Amino acid sequence: MTALAEEPAVTATGTEALLEVRDLVVEYGRVRAVDGVNLRIETGEILGLAGESGCGKSTVANAILRILRPPARIVSGSVLFQGDDLVVKSIEELRRYRWRNVSMVFQSAMNALNPVMRVGNQFVDMMQAHERISKRRAIVRAGELLELVGIDKRRVRAYPHELSGGMRQRVIIGMALALSPELIILDEPTTALDVVVQREILQEVEALKRDFGFAVLFITHDLSLLLEFADRIAIMYAGEIVESGPAAKLASDPLHPYTQGLIKSFPPLTGVRTRLTGIPGSPPDLREPPSGCRFHPRCPHCLPENAELYLRQTTERPRLREVAPGHQVACHLVEGGAA
Amino acid sequence: MSALEVRDLSKRFAIGSAFRPQHVHAVEDVSFSLRPGTITALVGESGSGKSTVARLIARLYDPTSGAVLFDGGDVARVKRRKDILGYRSKVQLIFQDPFGSLNPVKTVRHHIERPLRIHHIVPPAQVDERVYDLLNTVGLVPPDEVAAKYPHELSGGQRQRVAIARALAVEPKVVLADEPTSMLDVSIRIGILNLMIKLKEERGIAFLYVTHDLASARYLADDILVMYAGQIVERGPVEQVLAEPLHPYTQLLLAAVHGERIVDRGVGGGAAAVDPGPGCRFVDRCPLAIPACSATTPELVETAAGHAARCFVTAPSPTST
Repeated sequence: MTALAEEPAVTATGTEALLEVRDLVVEYGRVRAVDGVNLRIETGEILGLAGESGCGKSTVANAILRILRPPARIVSGSVLFQGDDLVVKSIEELRRYRWRNVSMVFQSAMNALNPVMRVGNQFVDMMQAHERISKRRAIVRAGELLELVGIDKRRVRAYPHELSGGMRQRVIIGMALALSPELIILDEPTTALDVVVQREILQEVEALKRDFGFAVLFITHDLSLLLEFADRIAIMYAGEIVESGPAAKLASDPLHPYTQGLIKSFPPLTGVRTRLTGIPGSPPDLREPPSGCRFHPRCPHCLPENAELYLRQTTERPRLREVAPGHQVACHLVEGGAA
Repeated sequence: MSALEVRDLSKRFAIGSAFRPQHVHAVEDVSFSLRPGTITALVGESGSGKSTVARLIARLYDPTSGAVLFDGGDVARVKRRKDILGYRSKVQLIFQDPFGSLNPVKTVRHHIERPLRIHHIVPPAQVDERVYDLLNTVGLVPPDEVAAKYPHELSGGQRQRVAIARALAVEPKVVLADEPTSMLDVSIRIGILNLMIKLKEERGIAFLYVTHDLASARYLADDILVMYAGQIVERGPVEQVLAEPLHPYTQLLLAAVHGERIVDRGVGGGAAAVDPGPGCRFVDRCPLAIPACSATTPELVETAAGHAARCFVTAPSPTST
């Protein structure tokens, strides 16, 4: 595979994406949590966003829905939904856009249900806030949605405490589907659940996606899940995207040393048992991000002996560059033709 | 020779109201032994009772019945403070949360010095030297700098290393590690797992590694115990159990992490431990269930050297058939 860095990006022009995040910068006070992030989600695809805690992946999701809480604020950049910039929309316009166009399922969403209200009535509330629908119709619809996510429709009469954690998370996913949004954001949707339940829920999301054609932004620290479920994956580190590309490509041919380290951080369940190394050090403190490439203090390829490269790695921020169709990397090694 | 042995250990918790009392059989008839220089993984989903087992061994709870044999005696019923202290200096527990287990207003040095002094591990004049040794051992360098730091100045992985150094200070024979990496970032988990392997090899410590993650169990452990709803449903050498799982629950877990399509309409194992019926706890979720499974609970039956499962179908008892 030859890298054609000079070739124009295939996706940068042409058709309009379902959602496009452009040069997004989000700050918490003086801490820059998201620093110039670009993302593109096409209709009906699953985009995975992976990274460790504090890398800014959830902040990106919250910025897309405009639900950042002060002191977090969008400093610059735009979030285009079907070409419409959400960053400049009014509260009322945003209210209509949430749930109907983009809905979101959080890690702790299963705890977001009102404990003293029957599940069905919570669907009714949400639907009536967005469209004219009778309570009777809404309850019927709620039952249909529960069936869709694998829960008996009679459970519309259940209270949240009568459901297991996995079932509550399914309820939330059902709710997220209620108004047939074009995009569903899943932020660590199964992290708090047992592996078997996690697997079932993801299978269901995949099947529903095939039937309804919505797109998914799937945020998680578990890269191994994304390699399996996502069409494309973007890897975030210290507020930046360091690599993005088709899931199969990242699995077989990861280029950024951080991606390579992450993949090697998951012990395999089959094959020979070998000693892994993980990634030395820990993610940086974003109050004082490292100079140059933010990964350089942990990078196995950043060596003072290699003086010229070392200087660039420690002083110059690498830009995301297209190395193959749809595969972008921000790394001096790759820019230098070492890939 | 075993470093510690657990025999028929059971723990029930009362839940529900006075009018509708219920009991969670959190741990039931659990038996296994930990050998020096080996890591035994205890795997299960939340509510399976795996953490309760670790806490029973650490004497944080009193068992309902059963024995914990250590140094030739049953420590499960030891009540005198002096005896409990003596036991705790030999059997150490490492928790999941390295943020909650260190005192925020005390330095790293304080955390590691304290057990050295309380248990008179070294003469007072040698305490400093031993603190630095321990920090070196767990990879916190330079030790004199790290010793002066406060927990908030350390990353999650570094804090977990401090917790491990503290556990090592008393020169334990057994270390119980309850999900020691689940709150850490992915990229630094391997480092902690490697540290445990090193300690097992260099110091001959017997580890009990409690986890829900089969892949890390395989990476780390020599033996594996699979728990479901309070019972051990399968045990054996880790490679063998994961390559040829016998119990349908182990098979389901493996299918889930292998990314195979799974069909499972059951509730989680926690519910199956509440006032369980006479049958197998897994029967409601089991694709292989036969009538006998609802009538009686199968025993753990050994099918190959050291490999045993609790299942009438896949590990039938030689006498009952």
